[in-house]
Amino acid sequence: MLWARSRDEVIMAADDPTDSPKVRIARQFIGAIPHANALGLELVDVGDGTATIRMPYCKDLVGEPTTGVIAGGAVSAMMDTCCGAAVIAHPENPGVTATIDLRIDYMRAATPGQAITTRATCYHITRSVAFVRAEAWDEDVERPVASATGAFTVQAEP
Amino acid sequence: MNAGRPEPVQVVKMRRDAALHALVDGIPYMRFLGVQFDRRGDELTGVMSYKESLIGNPVLPALHGGATAAFLEVTAVITLSWAYLWEDIESGAVDPDTITEKRPRMPKTVDFTVDYLRSGLPRDAYARARVIRSGRRYASVHVEGWQDNRDRLFAQATGHFVMPRSPVTT
Repeated sequence: MLWARSRDEVIMAADDPTDSPKVRIARQFIGAIPHANALGLELVDVGDGTATIRMPYCKDLVGEPTTGVIAGGAVSAMMDTCCGAAVIAHPENPGVTATIDLRIDYMRAATPGQAITTRATCYHITRSVAFVRAEAWDEDVERPVASATGAFTVQAEP
Repeated sequence: MNAGRPEPVQVVKMRRDAALHALVDGIPYMRFLGVQFDRRGDELTGVMSYKESLIGNPVLPALHGGATAAFLEVTAVITLSWAYLWEDIESGAVDPDTITEKRPRMPKTVDFTVDYLRSGLPRDAYARARVIRSGRRYASVHVEGWQDNRDRLFAQATGHFVMPRSPVTT
């Protein structure tokens, strides 16, 4: 997905005074993305080149009606958002990023009724490319649901 | 199919369309994305009608990469299931009237890799999948996504899938 960091967002009011400014800004970014809102994505945490996003269970996102398992596509969309957020959160990123490629491995079906949480790390960044990996879990944090690796663009704001 | 007179075309179309609808319509996530399928013979084209909730960058604006990935993936899964069920739909072994109660098992995605070639515009998107190889246990599928111009892909993807053991749930 494409991300643009707008300086205007910084001055928007914070919703939780206990969160760091970085978390507040990142939360506002996610909140401004229509598709992230449609998926019900919630920003849990953001650090230098890392992001954690939670997707509560929702019947609209079910891909297998007989079992109630969330569609792989919804997990992909969540992981893409989280990877993009990790790139934006990297201190060396000048502002804008877009996905070049993203590979998702699906290890197991997420347990119906449980939220899925993704943590992404931007582990290397050059002047033009950011490298990211992510993992997703449901309530069983010992067994990941999916993992992702991706390359993202690094660009100054237009 | 018996070797006598061919079936009337409307009977054939009704059976195929009923099977396709039954396969797609029961999936809540398909409604969430707004994806439907056009059918010409056995060829399917996924159509993701534009709506505001698919936007990932409101400034440009551009489609969310996750929505694009999801669209290509559902197109791959439905095309693979369709190819797999085709013989049974034609022979009548899969009954479109009961497909929603006795849903055929779907292939399971093992991995899915998306190339983003240009940003998705705020308009309808189309995708067509090609089953590159489908064995008894695994399948490899390639998908192409485009918008206004078939030759200017905005995304493509390759996925691997584990095939269900039997076409019809028992």
